[in-house]
Amino acid sequence: MTTASVPAASGRRGQPTRLRRAVKRNLTAYGFLCGALICFALFSWYPMVREVILSFQKTNFVDPPEWVGLENFRTILQDPAFWPAWINTALFTLLALVCGFGIPFITAIVLNELRHARAYLRFVVYLPVILPPAVAVLLFQWFYNPDYGLFNQILGFFHLSGLQWLNSTSTALISLVIVSTWMNMGTGTLIYLAALQTIPSELYEAAELDGAGLFKRIRHVTIPQTRLILLVMLLLQIVATMQVFIEPYLLTGGGPENATVSVVYLMYQYAFSFGNLNGGNALGLMLMIVLMVFSAIYLRVSRDNTV
Amino acid sequence: MKSHKLSLLLVTGLTLTAAAACGSDDGDDGGRPGAASGGTAPVSISVNCEPPKTNKAQRATFEEDLAAFQKENPDIKISKVTDAFPCYDPRTFEPKLASGDLETVFFVNFPNVGRLIESGQAADITPYVDEIKTFPDYNSSIDLFKKDGKIYGLPTDGYGMGLVYNKEVFTKAGLDPNTPPKTWAEVRAAAKKIAELGPGYVGYGEYSGNNVGGWHFTASIYGRGGSVITPDGKKAAFNTPEGKAVLENLHQMRWVDNSMGSQLYIDWPALMKAMAGGKMGMMLGAPDVLIALRNDFGGKFENYAITAQPEAKALFNGGAGYMINPKATPEQIKAGLKWIEYEFLTPGKGQLDYVRAKGANLTVGQPYPDLYRPDTPSGQAVDELRKANANIDAAQFAGWVEGSRGIPPKAEPGPYAQEIYKVLDTPMSAVLTRKDADIDQLLSDAEAKVNSLLASKS
Repeated sequence: MTTASVPAASGRRGQPTRLRRAVKRNLTAYGFLCGALICFALFSWYPMVREVILSFQKTNFVDPPEWVGLENFRTILQDPAFWPAWINTALFTLLALVCGFGIPFITAIVLNELRHARAYLRFVVYLPVILPPAVAVLLFQWFYNPDYGLFNQILGFFHLSGLQWLNSTSTALISLVIVSTWMNMGTGTLIYLAALQTIPSELYEAAELDGAGLFKRIRHVTIPQTRLILLVMLLLQIVATMQVFIEPYLLTGGGPENATVSVVYLMYQYAFSFGNLNGGNALGLMLMIVLMVFSAIYLRVSRDNTV
Repeated sequence: MKSHKLSLLLVTGLTLTAAAACGSDDGDDGGRPGAASGGTAPVSISVNCEPPKTNKAQRATFEEDLAAFQKENPDIKISKVTDAFPCYDPRTFEPKLASGDLETVFFVNFPNVGRLIESGQAADITPYVDEIKTFPDYNSSIDLFKKDGKIYGLPTDGYGMGLVYNKEVFTKAGLDPNTPPKTWAEVRAAAKKIAELGPGYVGYGEYSGNNVGGWHFTASIYGRGGSVITPDGKKAAFNTPEGKAVLENLHQMRWVDNSMGSQLYIDWPALMKAMAGGKMGMMLGAPDVLIALRNDFGGKFENYAITAQPEAKALFNGGAGYMINPKATPEQIKAGLKWIEYEFLTPGKGQLDYVRAKGANLTVGQPYPDLYRPDTPSGQAVDELRKANANIDAAQFAGWVEGSRGIPPKAEPGPYAQEIYKVLDTPMSAVLTRKDADIDQLLSDAEAKVNSLLASKS
């Protein structure tokens, strides 16, 4: 009894001391953490909670809000642009992954292999990221002009007939993908380049001794060694590209014939063109749930890597 | 120790900033109920839509009016004036209303009036309109601000649609700028001639996206005598010969005559820029387009003119007005209306002070705002003042004035106009982007969508 109570008593005395020491030791960290927590709480978590609440309410910001259950979701589901928006978003994501995932990776490999002008070329590749998105989009507006745009002039140089680009339902979405890829590939390329530079050169030397050519080296050394970063980037890119907005907003207005209307663009229309903020929130909640699935996969992949 | 203090300071600072961000409502008490009440203190209001700094002359007149109005009404204090442009921004309207930052007197353009009334976001001003001297003289534009016998705002700018054209381009194409097209067949023929001038020339420009395509479809079908929704507002009414004629005419000009160019104009400034560029022949627009081309898009004013909308049976009623914050007190509503009356509705005062406008080198003589019935004292006074002080060539608007006389105005298609316009963007963009566009099918699809939309609203 006595022997059992002694360590317990000393434990009760010792625990607060250890806790105090731990708190004191980590006070700076907690301080910085608090700052981040407050910012996240104010600018991320609180708006998310409000979004969920507003999507089940009807409010005019004058009278007290009224709970309407799933009415906002029903309104959204009946919108003729609802399914085109999801299909376009999914297509955009898919195409943006094919272009926006493969092109930066290949560019990174090429940049990694270069012996000369590496810094210059890296800067050139990253340059579009520095441009404000609105400027980049307006630049492409001129490139895509069917009458005097750069792209049709290039096609004309090769005696090819010009395309309608943004004016055609068959080319409008891919035109937006090209803009998006051009604007964002700089960041992806730099990340892949950093990953490539962590691969031990011995692996390439060993592969070369075994007679592996360029493509075999990429397939058997580069890709396996960067598999994880490729997977993480893939998931992050899915989350980012599913929120496509600025390209359809500035270049096509969702047209022609709803061919480029995206989920976020439709959300914007509900909130700011139709004055139906609650409908916009309901659509936002749907998108958030879809993105949460990808985010969960991302977290799982990241955790698996750290274990 | 130093780092601990630093972190504490950081946390405290952030907390205070956050608290301040949460707590700060606005620095102005003008929009809050009760702010104005109590004793002899002047009632405080806030107003928006001060002309931007780039428009120096008009801004100066506005500021002069603010001072004169407060001097004339010492019991009213205009505590906040905002000059954000555009005056009505749907992106900021509801956040401002929710946070208490919305001005007591706020600008609204016609397409949004019905929606704001429907959603209860404008104050009922019915009990106070008798105090406005010119109120009985209003033309039908006031109807847009009425619902179930109540009045929710006052129009301050109004105009009907017409055909804007570039006289210089007409001359270059061998067309007589003094006899602009009167029928759609003549528009088509003129557009074809203009497009034949060479690369870059567009005979006729039209919108096709971001709800402005649907907006112009509405203006076009109204002109042909059609409607967009049934009078009870419950069904679509555009799948008719008139609706078909609008789309067929555009399709023919785009694909048979090749007179519309291949550029799509998806928002209001896009077509305006193209028109101001000097290579576009014609577009559908109201008389204010001429002034906007001059003031906002750098167009050569003397090159442009407006004539009546071809074959028009009704004119789409465009314009803007002012509404009162629904959270305003009765004293603030009265004060707000007094300001609107002073600045926008009294002939010879405020923005209708054409003597001053002429002196300030602002354009005088354009046939808008068209607010009052011509046979009323206000209508006659505005007309006389305008004529006496005109400093622009009245001939630029003469075709529109003459040709539009007696044609009835027709209002926006109900409170869900923007949603309907979005649906109508699709047939507009289809005929301008697809040679094989099936117009019957497009109208039928759009009709089903609008019917479903209206059913869900009811």
